[in-house]
Amino acid sequence: MNLNLFEKEEKIYTISEITVQIKKLLESNFSQITIQGEISNFKKQSSGHIYFTLKDENAQINAIIWRSTAQNLKINLIDGMKVIARGYINVYEPSGRYQIIINLIQEIGLGELQIAFEKLKQKLLKEGLFDESHKKEIPRFPKSIGIVTSLSGAAIRDIISVISRRYPIVELIVYPVAVQGSEAPSEIVEGINAFNEYKKVDLIIIGRGGGSLEDLWAFNDEAVARAIYNSKIPIISAVGHHIDFTISDFVSDLRAPTPSVAGEFAVPDKREIIENIISYINSLYYYIDQRIQQHRKHILSIVKSYALNKPIDMLRRYQQKIDENLNIIETNIKHKIDLNFKLVDSYKKRLLSVNPNSILQRGYCIVEKKEKIISKGTELEINDSIKIVFQDSKREAIITK
Amino acid sequence: MKNNQNNSKSFEEYLKELENIVSEMESGNIPLDKALEMYERGINISQYCIKELEKAELKLKKLSKKIDGSFEVEDID
Repeated sequence: MNLNLFEKEEKIYTISEITVQIKKLLESNFSQITIQGEISNFKKQSSGHIYFTLKDENAQINAIIWRSTAQNLKINLIDGMKVIARGYINVYEPSGRYQIIINLIQEIGLGELQIAFEKLKQKLLKEGLFDESHKKEIPRFPKSIGIVTSLSGAAIRDIISVISRRYPIVELIVYPVAVQGSEAPSEIVEGINAFNEYKKVDLIIIGRGGGSLEDLWAFNDEAVARAIYNSKIPIISAVGHHIDFTISDFVSDLRAPTPSVAGEFAVPDKREIIENIISYINSLYYYIDQRIQQHRKHILSIVKSYALNKPIDMLRRYQQKIDENLNIIETNIKHKIDLNFKLVDSYKKRLLSVNPNSILQRGYCIVEKKEKIISKGTELEINDSIKIVFQDSKREAIITK
Repeated sequence: MKNNQNNSKSFEEYLKELENIVSEMESGNIPLDKALEMYERGINISQYCIKELEKAELKLKKLSKKIDGSFEVEDID
Protein backbone atom coordinates (compact mmCIF):
# COMPACT_ATOMS: atom_id res chain seq x y z
CA MET A 1 0.00 0.00 0.00
CA ASN A 2 2.96 2.27 0.58
CA LEU A 3 3.14 4.02 -2.76
CA ASN A 4 6.61 5.22 -3.57
CA LEU A 5 6.55 8.33 -5.68
CA PHE A 6 10.32 8.55 -5.90
CA GLU A 7 12.85 6.57 -7.91
CA LYS A 8 14.80 3.94 -5.95
CA GLU A 9 18.16 5.32 -6.98
CA GLU A 10 17.06 8.96 -6.41
CA LYS A 11 19.48 10.94 -4.17
CA ILE A 12 17.85 12.14 -1.03
CA TYR A 13 19.55 14.99 0.83
CA THR A 14 19.16 15.79 4.45
CA ILE A 15 18.30 19.43 5.17
CA SER A 16 21.80 19.99 6.43
CA GLU A 17 23.37 18.39 3.37
CA ILE A 18 21.35 20.50 0.92
CA THR A 19 21.86 23.63 2.94
CA VAL A 20 25.60 23.09 2.84
CA GLN A 21 25.35 22.62 -0.94
CA ILE A 22 23.37 25.81 -1.34
CA LYS A 23 25.71 27.62 0.96
CA LYS A 24 28.76 26.47 -1.06
CA LEU A 25 27.07 27.42 -4.30
CA LEU A 26 25.92 30.83 -3.21
CA GLU A 27 28.92 31.80 -1.20
CA SER A 28 31.41 30.81 -3.91
CA ASN A 29 29.46 32.57 -6.63
CA PHE A 30 28.76 35.73 -4.64
CA SER A 31 31.91 36.03 -2.60
CA GLN A 32 32.21 39.67 -3.51
CA ILE A 33 29.24 41.58 -4.84
CA THR A 34 28.17 45.21 -4.89
CA ILE A 35 24.49 46.04 -4.59
CA GLN A 36 22.29 49.10 -4.39
CA GLY A 37 19.05 49.58 -2.47
CA GLU A 38 17.13 51.35 0.22
CA ILE A 39 17.56 50.60 3.91
CA SER A 40 14.58 49.52 5.96
CA ASN A 41 13.98 47.76 9.30
CA PHE A 42 17.25 49.19 10.50
CA LYS A 43 18.31 47.81 13.87
CA LYS A 44 21.56 48.20 15.76
CA GLN A 45 21.89 45.51 18.44
CA SER A 46 23.53 46.12 21.78
CA SER A 47 26.21 43.67 20.62
CA GLY A 48 27.22 46.29 18.06
CA HIS A 49 26.11 44.29 15.01
CA ILE A 50 23.76 46.03 12.59
CA TYR A 51 20.82 44.27 10.95
CA PHE A 52 18.59 45.71 8.24
CA THR A 53 16.89 45.02 4.96
CA LEU A 54 17.99 46.34 1.61
CA LYS A 55 15.17 46.68 -0.86
CA ASP A 56 13.96 48.09 -4.10
CA GLU A 57 10.44 48.14 -5.54
CA ASN A 58 10.19 44.37 -6.06
CA ALA A 59 12.60 42.54 -3.79
CA GLN A 60 14.52 42.64 -0.58
CA ILE A 61 17.52 41.06 1.01
CA ASN A 62 18.61 40.81 4.62
CA ALA A 63 21.84 42.58 5.41
CA ILE A 64 24.29 42.47 8.28
CA ILE A 65 27.19 44.68 9.21
CA TRP A 66 29.32 43.05 11.85
CA ARG A 67 30.51 45.11 14.76
CA SER A 68 34.12 45.22 13.49
CA THR A 69 32.90 47.01 10.33
CA ALA A 70 30.13 48.94 12.05
CA GLN A 71 32.64 50.60 14.37
CA ASN A 72 34.39 52.22 11.43
CA LEU A 73 31.26 53.46 9.62
CA LYS A 74 31.52 57.10 8.58
CA ILE A 75 27.77 57.58 8.06
CA ASN A 76 24.66 57.12 10.16
CA LEU A 77 22.55 54.54 8.46
CA ILE A 78 18.80 55.02 8.80
CA ASP A 79 15.62 53.74 7.26
CA GLY A 80 14.92 55.10 3.84
CA MET A 81 18.53 55.82 3.02
CA LYS A 82 19.66 54.74 -0.40
CA VAL A 83 23.04 53.02 -0.32
CA ILE A 84 25.62 51.13 -2.31
CA ALA A 85 27.06 48.23 -0.35
CA ARG A 86 29.84 45.74 -1.02
CA GLY A 87 29.99 42.37 0.69
CA TYR A 88 29.37 38.68 0.27
CA ILE A 89 26.38 36.42 0.38
CA ASN A 90 26.17 34.18 3.39
CA VAL A 91 23.72 31.44 4.11
CA TYR A 92 22.65 31.09 7.69
CA GLU A 93 21.86 27.43 8.06
CA PRO A 94 19.73 27.47 11.25
CA SER A 95 17.05 29.55 9.57
CA GLY A 96 17.82 28.69 5.98
CA ARG A 97 18.20 32.27 5.06
CA TYR A 98 20.62 33.95 2.79
CA GLN A 99 21.91 37.35 3.61
CA ILE A 100 24.58 39.79 2.61
CA ILE A 101 27.41 40.51 4.97
CA ILE A 102 28.48 44.05 4.24
CA ASN A 103 31.99 45.33 4.67
CA LEU A 104 31.74 48.58 2.72
CA ILE A 105 28.76 50.88 2.48
CA GLN A 106 28.14 54.34 1.10
CA GLU A 107 25.13 56.61 0.82
CA ILE A 108 24.19 57.22 -2.78
CA GLY A 109 22.05 59.40 -4.84
CA LEU A 110 22.94 62.65 -3.07
CA GLY A 111 24.14 64.06 -6.34
CA GLU A 112 21.18 62.64 -8.20
CA LEU A 113 18.75 63.98 -5.60
CA GLN A 114 20.34 67.42 -5.81
CA ILE A 115 19.99 67.40 -9.57
CA ALA A 116 16.36 66.26 -9.34
CA PHE A 117 15.71 68.94 -6.74
CA GLU A 118 17.14 71.74 -8.89
CA LYS A 119 15.31 70.47 -11.97
CA LEU A 120 11.93 70.39 -10.20
CA LYS A 121 12.61 73.77 -8.57
CA GLN A 122 13.30 75.41 -11.94
CA LYS A 123 10.26 73.75 -13.50
CA LEU A 124 7.86 74.87 -10.78
CA LEU A 125 9.43 78.32 -10.65
CA LYS A 126 8.75 78.73 -14.37
CA GLU A 127 5.20 77.54 -13.87
CA GLY A 128 4.71 80.22 -11.26
CA LEU A 129 4.17 77.96 -8.24
CA PHE A 130 6.47 80.13 -6.14
CA ASP A 131 4.88 83.45 -7.14
CA GLU A 132 4.48 85.88 -4.27
CA SER A 133 1.20 87.08 -5.79
CA HIS A 134 -0.30 83.63 -5.28
CA LYS A 135 0.63 83.45 -1.63
CA LYS A 136 -2.28 83.60 0.77
CA GLU A 137 -2.30 85.68 3.89
CA ILE A 138 -1.79 83.87 7.20
CA PRO A 139 -4.78 84.68 9.45
CA ARG A 140 -3.91 86.70 12.54
CA PHE A 141 -6.25 84.88 14.90
CA PRO A 142 -6.92 81.36 13.60
CA LYS A 143 -9.72 79.44 15.30
CA SER A 144 -8.58 76.05 14.09
CA ILE A 145 -5.27 74.83 12.64
CA GLY A 146 -4.75 71.65 10.63
CA ILE A 147 -1.40 69.91 10.99
CA VAL A 148 -0.06 67.41 8.49
CA THR A 149 2.81 65.53 10.09
CA SER A 150 3.73 62.39 11.95
CA LEU A 151 2.10 61.89 15.34
CA SER A 152 5.28 60.36 16.70
CA GLY A 153 7.73 62.99 15.46
CA ALA A 154 9.42 65.88 17.24
CA ALA A 155 7.64 68.38 14.98
CA ILE A 156 4.16 67.81 16.42
CA ARG A 157 5.48 68.00 20.00
CA ASP A 158 7.25 71.29 19.28
CA ILE A 159 4.21 72.80 17.56
CA ILE A 160 1.86 71.76 20.36
CA SER A 161 4.16 73.11 23.05
CA VAL A 162 4.64 76.48 21.34
CA ILE A 163 0.97 76.97 20.48
CA SER A 164 -0.38 75.90 23.87
CA ARG A 165 1.96 78.44 25.46
CA ARG A 166 1.15 81.27 23.05
CA TYR A 167 -2.48 80.84 22.08
CA PRO A 168 -4.26 77.96 23.79
CA ILE A 169 -7.62 79.26 22.61
CA VAL A 170 -7.04 77.63 19.22
CA GLU A 171 -8.01 74.10 18.15
CA LEU A 172 -5.32 71.85 16.64
CA ILE A 173 -6.37 69.06 14.32
CA VAL A 174 -3.70 66.60 13.28
CA TYR A 175 -3.86 64.53 10.14
CA PRO A 176 -1.23 61.88 10.87
CA VAL A 177 1.02 60.96 7.93
CA ALA A 178 4.34 59.32 7.28
CA VAL A 179 6.88 62.08 6.73
CA GLN A 180 9.55 59.91 5.15
CA GLY A 181 9.64 56.80 3.04
CA SER A 182 7.88 55.93 -0.15
CA GLU A 183 4.33 56.50 1.17
CA ALA A 184 5.11 59.90 2.62
CA PRO A 185 4.42 62.10 -0.44
CA SER A 186 1.01 60.61 -1.20
CA GLU A 187 -0.01 60.74 2.48
CA ILE A 188 1.03 64.37 2.76
CA VAL A 189 -0.97 65.21 -0.37
CA GLU A 190 -3.91 63.32 1.14
CA GLY A 191 -3.61 65.34 4.34
CA ILE A 192 -3.58 68.69 2.54
CA ASN A 193 -6.55 67.67 0.41
CA ALA A 194 -8.42 66.28 3.42
CA PHE A 195 -8.21 69.62 5.24
CA ASN A 196 -9.33 71.44 2.09
CA GLU A 197 -12.33 69.15 1.88
CA TYR A 198 -13.01 69.36 5.62
CA LYS A 199 -12.77 73.17 5.33
CA LYS A 200 -13.09 73.90 9.05
CA VAL A 201 -9.50 74.97 9.59
CA ASP A 202 -8.11 78.47 8.94
CA LEU A 203 -4.53 77.40 8.44
CA ILE A 204 -2.51 74.28 7.69
CA ILE A 205 0.99 73.49 8.95
CA ILE A 206 2.91 70.78 7.11
CA GLY A 207 6.29 69.61 8.21
CA ARG A 208 8.66 67.41 10.10
CA GLY A 209 11.78 67.63 12.21
CA GLY A 210 15.33 67.64 10.88
CA GLY A 211 16.94 64.81 8.96
CA SER A 212 19.05 63.96 5.99
CA LEU A 213 18.19 65.17 2.51
CA GLU A 214 16.49 61.84 1.88
CA ASP A 215 14.49 62.16 5.08
CA LEU A 216 13.13 65.46 3.91
CA TRP A 217 12.63 64.19 0.38
CA ALA A 218 8.86 63.84 0.59
CA PHE A 219 8.71 67.62 0.88
CA ASN A 220 10.54 67.90 -2.43
CA ASP A 221 7.88 65.86 -4.17
CA GLU A 222 6.13 67.42 -7.13
CA ALA A 223 2.69 66.13 -6.10
CA VAL A 224 3.16 67.64 -2.63
CA ALA A 225 4.20 70.94 -4.21
CA ARG A 226 1.07 71.02 -6.37
CA ALA A 227 -1.20 70.10 -3.46
CA ILE A 228 0.24 73.03 -1.49
CA TYR A 229 -0.22 75.34 -4.48
CA ASN A 230 -3.81 74.25 -4.99
CA SER A 231 -4.78 74.49 -1.34
CA LYS A 232 -7.51 77.07 -0.65
CA ILE A 233 -6.32 77.22 2.95
CA PRO A 234 -3.05 79.04 3.70
CA ILE A 235 -0.14 76.69 4.41
CA ILE A 236 2.94 77.17 6.57
CA SER A 237 5.69 74.70 5.79
CA ALA A 238 8.15 73.77 8.49
CA VAL A 239 10.57 71.18 7.25
CA GLY A 240 13.74 70.24 9.08
CA HIS A 241 16.04 72.87 10.46
CA HIS A 242 17.04 76.40 9.57
CA ILE A 243 19.37 75.46 6.74
CA ASP A 244 17.06 73.00 5.02
CA PHE A 245 15.10 74.36 2.09
CA THR A 246 12.59 72.16 0.36
CA ILE A 247 10.30 72.67 -2.62
CA SER A 248 7.42 72.77 -0.12
CA ASP A 249 9.07 75.78 1.51
CA PHE A 250 9.10 77.63 -1.81
CA VAL A 251 5.47 76.85 -2.69
CA SER A 252 3.92 77.34 0.73
CA ASP A 253 2.43 80.67 1.76
CA LEU A 254 4.96 81.01 4.56
CA ARG A 255 8.16 79.13 5.31
CA ALA A 256 9.10 78.51 8.91
CA PRO A 257 12.70 77.49 9.60
CA THR A 258 11.60 74.96 12.24
CA PRO A 259 8.31 73.45 13.46
CA SER A 260 8.57 75.54 16.68
CA VAL A 261 8.81 78.73 14.63
CA ALA A 262 5.83 77.54 12.57
CA GLY A 263 3.90 77.53 15.85
CA GLU A 264 5.02 81.10 16.49
CA PHE A 265 4.06 82.21 12.97
CA ALA A 266 0.69 80.48 13.20
CA VAL A 267 -0.69 82.13 16.32
CA PRO A 268 -0.31 85.41 18.20
CA ASP A 269 1.18 85.47 21.69
CA LYS A 270 -1.47 85.75 24.40
CA ARG A 271 0.82 87.93 26.51
CA GLU A 272 0.98 90.45 23.68
CA ILE A 273 -2.78 90.29 23.21
CA ILE A 274 -3.35 90.88 26.91
CA GLU A 275 -0.89 93.78 26.84
CA ASN A 276 -2.76 95.21 23.86
CA ILE A 277 -6.10 94.83 25.60
CA ILE A 278 -4.70 96.59 28.65
CA SER A 279 -3.48 99.46 26.48
CA TYR A 280 -6.96 99.55 24.90
CA ILE A 281 -8.48 99.80 28.37
CA ASN A 282 -6.11 102.67 29.16
CA SER A 283 -7.02 104.42 25.91
CA LEU A 284 -10.73 103.95 26.60
CA TYR A 285 -10.28 105.39 30.07
CA TYR A 286 -8.23 108.29 28.70
CA TYR A 287 -10.80 109.15 26.02
CA ILE A 288 -13.81 108.93 28.29
CA ASP A 289 -12.01 111.00 30.91
CA GLN A 290 -11.15 113.54 28.26
CA ARG A 291 -14.75 113.68 27.15
CA ILE A 292 -15.93 114.21 30.71
CA GLN A 293 -13.32 116.94 31.27
CA GLN A 294 -14.39 118.56 28.01
CA HIS A 295 -17.98 118.59 29.13
CA ARG A 296 -17.06 119.85 32.57
CA LYS A 297 -15.16 122.74 31.01
CA HIS A 298 -18.05 123.43 28.71
CA ILE A 299 -20.53 123.48 31.58
CA LEU A 300 -18.26 125.75 33.59
CA SER A 301 -17.93 128.13 30.68
CA ILE A 302 -21.73 128.20 30.36
CA VAL A 303 -22.08 128.92 34.07
CA LYS A 304 -19.72 131.84 33.66
CA SER A 305 -21.28 133.00 30.43
CA TYR A 306 -22.97 136.48 30.07
CA ALA A 307 -26.30 134.89 29.27
CA LEU A 308 -26.46 132.84 32.42
CA ASN A 309 -25.08 135.69 34.47
CA LYS A 310 -27.61 138.24 33.16
CA PRO A 311 -30.14 137.67 35.97
CA ILE A 312 -27.44 138.17 38.56
CA ASP A 313 -26.30 141.19 36.70
CA MET A 314 -29.80 142.56 36.61
CA LEU A 315 -30.23 141.81 40.25
CA ARG A 316 -27.07 143.70 40.99
CA ARG A 317 -28.30 146.61 38.92
CA TYR A 318 -31.60 146.63 40.74
CA GLN A 319 -29.72 146.46 43.97
CA GLN A 320 -27.77 149.48 42.90
CA LYS A 321 -30.91 151.25 41.83
CA ILE A 322 -32.48 150.47 45.14
CA ASP A 323 -29.41 151.75 46.90
CA GLU A 324 -29.54 154.89 44.84
CA ASN A 325 -33.22 155.33 45.51
CA LEU A 326 -32.64 154.74 49.14
CA ASN A 327 -30.06 157.48 49.07
CA ILE A 328 -32.41 159.78 47.32
CA ILE A 329 -35.12 158.98 49.76
CA GLU A 330 -32.75 159.46 52.63
CA THR A 331 -31.60 162.87 51.40
CA ASN A 332 -35.15 163.84 50.64
CA ILE A 333 -36.27 162.88 54.08
CA LYS A 334 -33.32 164.63 55.61
CA HIS A 335 -34.19 167.67 53.60
CA LYS A 336 -37.76 167.52 54.69
CA ILE A 337 -36.74 167.09 58.27
CA ASP A 338 -34.45 170.05 57.92
CA LEU A 339 -37.24 172.02 56.39
CA ASN A 340 -39.50 171.03 59.19
CA PHE A 341 -36.89 171.98 61.67
CA LYS A 342 -36.66 175.37 60.05
CA LEU A 343 -40.41 175.64 60.01
CA VAL A 344 -40.53 174.76 63.65
CA ASP A 345 -37.89 177.33 64.23
CA SER A 346 -39.82 180.02 62.47
CA TYR A 347 -42.97 179.01 64.28
CA LYS A 348 -41.01 179.20 67.44
CA LYS A 349 -39.92 182.66 66.52
CA ARG A 350 -43.42 183.66 65.62
CA LEU A 351 -44.67 182.11 68.77
CA LEU A 352 -42.08 183.97 70.62
CA SER A 353 -43.10 187.15 68.96
CA VAL A 354 -46.63 186.67 70.19
CA ASN A 355 -45.54 185.87 73.72
CA PRO A 356 -47.30 188.26 76.18
CA ASN A 357 -44.01 188.70 77.89
CA SER A 358 -42.55 190.24 74.82
CA ILE A 359 -45.45 192.78 74.88
CA LEU A 360 -44.72 193.53 78.53
CA GLN A 361 -41.16 194.18 77.49
CA ARG A 362 -42.37 196.77 75.12
CA GLY A 363 -44.12 198.58 78.08
CA TYR A 364 -47.59 197.07 77.91
CA CYS A 365 -49.10 195.73 81.22
CA ILE A 366 -51.60 193.09 82.00
CA VAL A 367 -54.36 193.82 84.52
CA GLU A 368 -55.63 190.87 86.55
CA LYS A 369 -58.49 190.84 88.98
CA LYS A 370 -58.73 187.78 91.15
CA GLU A 371 -56.39 185.86 88.81
CA LYS A 372 -58.44 186.81 85.76
CA ILE A 373 -57.09 188.94 82.96
CA ILE A 374 -59.14 192.11 82.53
CA SER A 375 -59.15 193.41 79.01
CA LYS A 376 -61.99 195.99 79.35
CA GLY A 377 -62.19 198.92 81.83
CA THR A 378 -65.91 198.37 82.25
CA GLU A 379 -65.18 195.14 84.05
CA LEU A 380 -63.77 197.09 86.94
CA GLU A 381 -65.58 199.02 89.63
CA ILE A 382 -64.29 201.66 92.09
CA ASN A 383 -62.23 200.12 94.89
CA ASP A 384 -61.59 196.89 93.00
CA SER A 385 -58.20 195.50 93.95
CA ILE A 386 -56.24 194.64 90.80
CA LYS A 387 -52.83 193.31 89.93
CA ILE A 388 -50.75 194.95 87.28
CA VAL A 389 -48.32 192.55 85.62
CA PHE A 390 -45.11 194.21 84.45
CA GLN A 391 -42.40 192.57 82.63
CA ASP A 392 -40.42 192.06 85.80
CA SER A 393 -43.01 191.90 88.61
CA LYS A 394 -46.60 192.22 89.72
CA ARG A 395 -47.87 195.31 91.63
CA GLU A 396 -51.16 195.78 93.34
CA ALA A 397 -53.45 198.78 92.83
CA ILE A 398 -56.93 200.04 93.64
CA ILE A 399 -59.28 201.49 91.16
CA THR A 400 -60.08 205.04 92.27
CA LYS A 401 -62.08 206.38 89.42
CA MET B 1 -20.90 89.09 28.76
CA LYS B 2 -23.61 86.52 28.38
CA ASN B 3 -22.93 82.96 27.33
CA ASN B 4 -25.15 83.01 24.28
CA GLN B 5 -23.01 85.80 22.88
CA ASN B 6 -19.90 83.63 23.13
CA ASN B 7 -21.07 81.30 20.44
CA SER B 8 -22.16 83.96 18.02
CA LYS B 9 -18.89 85.89 18.07
CA SER B 10 -15.35 84.59 17.83
CA PHE B 11 -12.47 85.79 19.95
CA GLU B 12 -11.09 87.60 16.92
CA GLU B 13 -14.38 89.38 16.30
CA TYR B 14 -14.45 90.59 19.89
CA LEU B 15 -10.89 91.89 19.56
CA LYS B 16 -11.89 93.61 16.30
CA GLU B 17 -14.89 95.21 17.98
CA LEU B 18 -12.66 96.42 20.80
CA GLU B 19 -10.22 97.94 18.29
CA ASN B 20 -13.11 99.66 16.53
CA ILE B 21 -14.48 101.08 19.76
CA VAL B 22 -11.06 102.46 20.68
CA SER B 23 -10.48 104.10 17.29
CA GLU B 24 -14.01 105.50 17.19
CA MET B 25 -13.59 106.96 20.67
CA GLU B 26 -10.26 108.34 19.53
CA SER B 27 -11.98 110.33 16.78
CA GLY B 28 -13.90 112.09 19.51
CA ASN B 29 -17.03 112.83 17.49
CA ILE B 30 -19.38 110.77 19.60
CA PRO B 31 -22.01 112.23 21.90
CA LEU B 32 -21.17 111.73 25.55
CA ASP B 33 -23.94 109.26 26.37
CA LYS B 34 -22.94 107.12 23.37
CA ALA B 35 -19.29 107.40 24.38
CA LEU B 36 -20.12 106.22 27.89
CA GLU B 37 -22.02 103.28 26.43
CA MET B 38 -19.07 102.40 24.21
CA TYR B 39 -16.67 102.75 27.12
CA GLU B 40 -18.67 100.27 29.15
CA ARG B 41 -18.90 97.86 26.21
CA GLY B 42 -15.14 98.16 25.63
CA ILE B 43 -14.32 97.40 29.22
CA ASN B 44 -16.66 94.39 29.19
CA ILE B 45 -15.11 92.98 26.02
CA SER B 46 -11.59 93.52 27.40
CA GLN B 47 -12.38 91.62 30.55
CA TYR B 48 -14.06 88.84 28.60
CA CYS B 49 -11.13 88.45 26.19
CA ILE B 50 -8.49 88.38 28.92
CA LYS B 51 -10.53 85.83 30.86
CA GLU B 52 -10.98 83.64 27.78
CA LEU B 53 -7.24 83.69 27.06
CA GLU B 54 -6.27 82.89 30.60
CA LYS B 55 -8.64 80.01 31.09
CA ALA B 56 -8.15 78.43 27.63
CA GLU B 57 -6.60 75.00 27.24
CA LEU B 58 -5.36 73.72 23.91
CA LYS B 59 -7.76 71.34 22.18
CA LEU B 60 -5.94 68.60 20.28
CA LYS B 61 -7.84 66.48 17.76
CA LYS B 62 -7.24 64.01 14.99
CA LEU B 63 -8.79 64.13 11.55
CA SER B 64 -9.41 60.98 9.60
CA LYS B 65 -11.37 60.26 6.49
CA LYS B 66 -13.73 57.33 6.60
CA ILE B 67 -14.31 54.95 3.73
CA ASP B 68 -17.57 56.64 2.82
CA GLY B 69 -15.70 59.91 2.38
CA SER B 70 -16.99 61.57 5.53
CA PHE B 71 -14.63 63.02 8.12
CA GLU B 72 -14.14 61.94 11.69
CA VAL B 73 -12.61 64.28 14.25
CA GLU B 74 -11.67 62.72 17.56
CA ASP B 75 -9.90 64.06 20.64
CA ILE B 76 -6.34 62.89 21.34
CA ASP B 77 -4.22 63.69 24.36
